[in-house]
This record gives sequence, C-alpha cells and structure tokens, in this order.
Amino acid sequence: MVERLSPLEPDFHPGSHGNFEHGVDVILTETRPGSIVQLAAWPGEEKKLIAAIRAVTGLALPDGAGGGISSGGKSVFGFAPGKFTVADDAEGLAEAFAKAVGPAIGTVTDLSHGRTVIRIAGPKAEWVLAKFFAIDFALPAFPVGSGRSTAHHDVFAQIHRSGTDQFDIHVFRSFARSFWKALCHASEEVGYEVQ
Amino acid sequence: MLITCPYCGPRDVIEFTYQGDGNRERPEPASQNFEAWNAYVYDRLNPAGDHNEIWQHSGGCRSHLRVVRNTLTHEISSVAFARGDHGPRRKMEGKS
Ligand SMILES: [Zn+2]
Repeated sequence: MVERLSPLEPDFHPGSHGNFEHGVDVILTETRPGSIVQLAAWPGEEKKLIAAIRAVTGLALPDGAGGGISSGGKSVFGFAPGKFTVADDAEGLAEAFAKAVGPAIGTVTDLSHGRTVIRIAGPKAEWVLAKFFAIDFALPAFPVGSGRSTAHHDVFAQIHRSGTDQFDIHVFRSFARSFWKALCHASEEVGYEVQ
Repeated sequence: MLITCPYCGPRDVIEFTYQGDGNRERPEPASQNFEAWNAYVYDRLNPAGDHNEIWQHSGGCRSHLRVVRNTLTHEISSVAFARGDHGPRRKMEGKS
C-alpha cells in the first residue's frame, strides 16, 4: 500500500507552543482516518441508506438533523438532509458501501484522499473554535457525536463532536495546511500541544 | 441577519447565497413564448415588504431554501426547503 503523505507536514511541529507556561489547554492533531466516504440518499430513500450504514459499520444513527455517533474507530454524522459522512480508521469503506448502497438508494463518494481531519481537544477547544465558526458549541446545542456543516472564510468545514471537549474538523485537503496554520495561531493564546 | 436553516438551525447570512426572486416561473425549456421568457428574466415585483426569495445554504448543508424576507426590516418570517419537506429538521426553541 502506498503511504499517504500529510498535507500539514511542513507546518506540523510536535511539541508545546504559545502560552503554555501554565499548561496546554488544547491538543491539536491529525486523525488520519484510513477511509472517509460521503453518502447521499435520493429523496425518500434515507431510511434504506441509514440501514446500509448500520449494516456496514454497526453504527446506529440517532434521529435528527446533524445526528451522529462514533464507536470502535468508526464514526458517522449527518451533514445535510439525507447526506452523511462516514470515517473509519481502517481502509476499504468505499468498497464496502459500493456493495451495500445500490444506485436506487443513493450515491457513495470516496473522499479518503480528499479530506484532512484535524482534531482539537481540551478544555479550551470550544473557546478556540468559537473564534472561527459562528455556531453554538455549547453541549446542549451541539451534543457529543453530532456534526455541523459550516465554513471559515470560504474554507468549508464539517465539524464532528467526537467528545465533550473534542472536535474533529473535516476540511478540503488542499485548504488543510492553511486552516491548520490559522488554528495554531488561534491556539497560541491558550497554549497548545501538537501531537 | 440570521437565517434559520431548517436543517442547520440559525446561521449568519454570510453562510448563504442569494439565488434570486422566488416568484419567477421558468417557462418550459422548449417554450417559444417570448413574453413568458421576458417576464422570467426581467419582471420583478420589487415589493416594500414581504418578498419570496430563493437562498442556498452554500456555506453549510448546501440546501436550497424558500425564504420570505421583509425588504424593509430584513425580518425573515419563513424558511422552508425549496424542494418541499425532506429530511429531519432541527428542533427550535419555541418554534416548530
Ligand atoms: Zn443548512
């Protein structure tokens, strides 16, 4: 298998940065999932697609807009009506979904090499992200497991809350380094560690 | 100005793209009715008040939306999926 190169590499500097004298308040990392796919159901076929997601990943999507769940290295969340992003630490999701989602149900798009997933975790993760995105990061409005589609200066972002203080941000690979640098600058104030 | 996307909830107008007057009726593509085409391209109601508009949540879920906006106050009195009801909706406090 060809080794995948990170687009962040020239600006990815492990270690502590910014105002970390009193400790680091966020940890930045790249999650590098083996597969990322986008699934879209034709209108009226959403339930069949959700059943296919369950059959392939074992994940049961909760009801509601932006609902999602993570377990066992896999995650899924809704990002638009009838549309879902699925990520897996392992490779091969697109092939599995191509078998499970027929053309009468919807579409499968392999984005494994097209997206970069940046994780921000820690007590100030909400604080730092609130500098970028005009959405409500409070837990009742943005529960663990769910996803949000939004944008920062035309850099489209899908944000998946993978923990109480942890967010996985899916950005276009070609914008990832620029977004990463901005995220590092925004994290200097609170002290950050790149892992 | 905030637009409450039926899927994403309230978002800043910067996430949306205006797609034009929602009152227009596009003639059939093969239509030779030039008056109808002229009306589709040029005629606008230009009301001082509630106006039917098409917006896209281009910086979010990318749904096309049917929005009623007051041209005097910018108050938005209704937002719906342009293609009719589909998919789950976000639960709004005090609103359905
Ligand atoms: Zn939306």
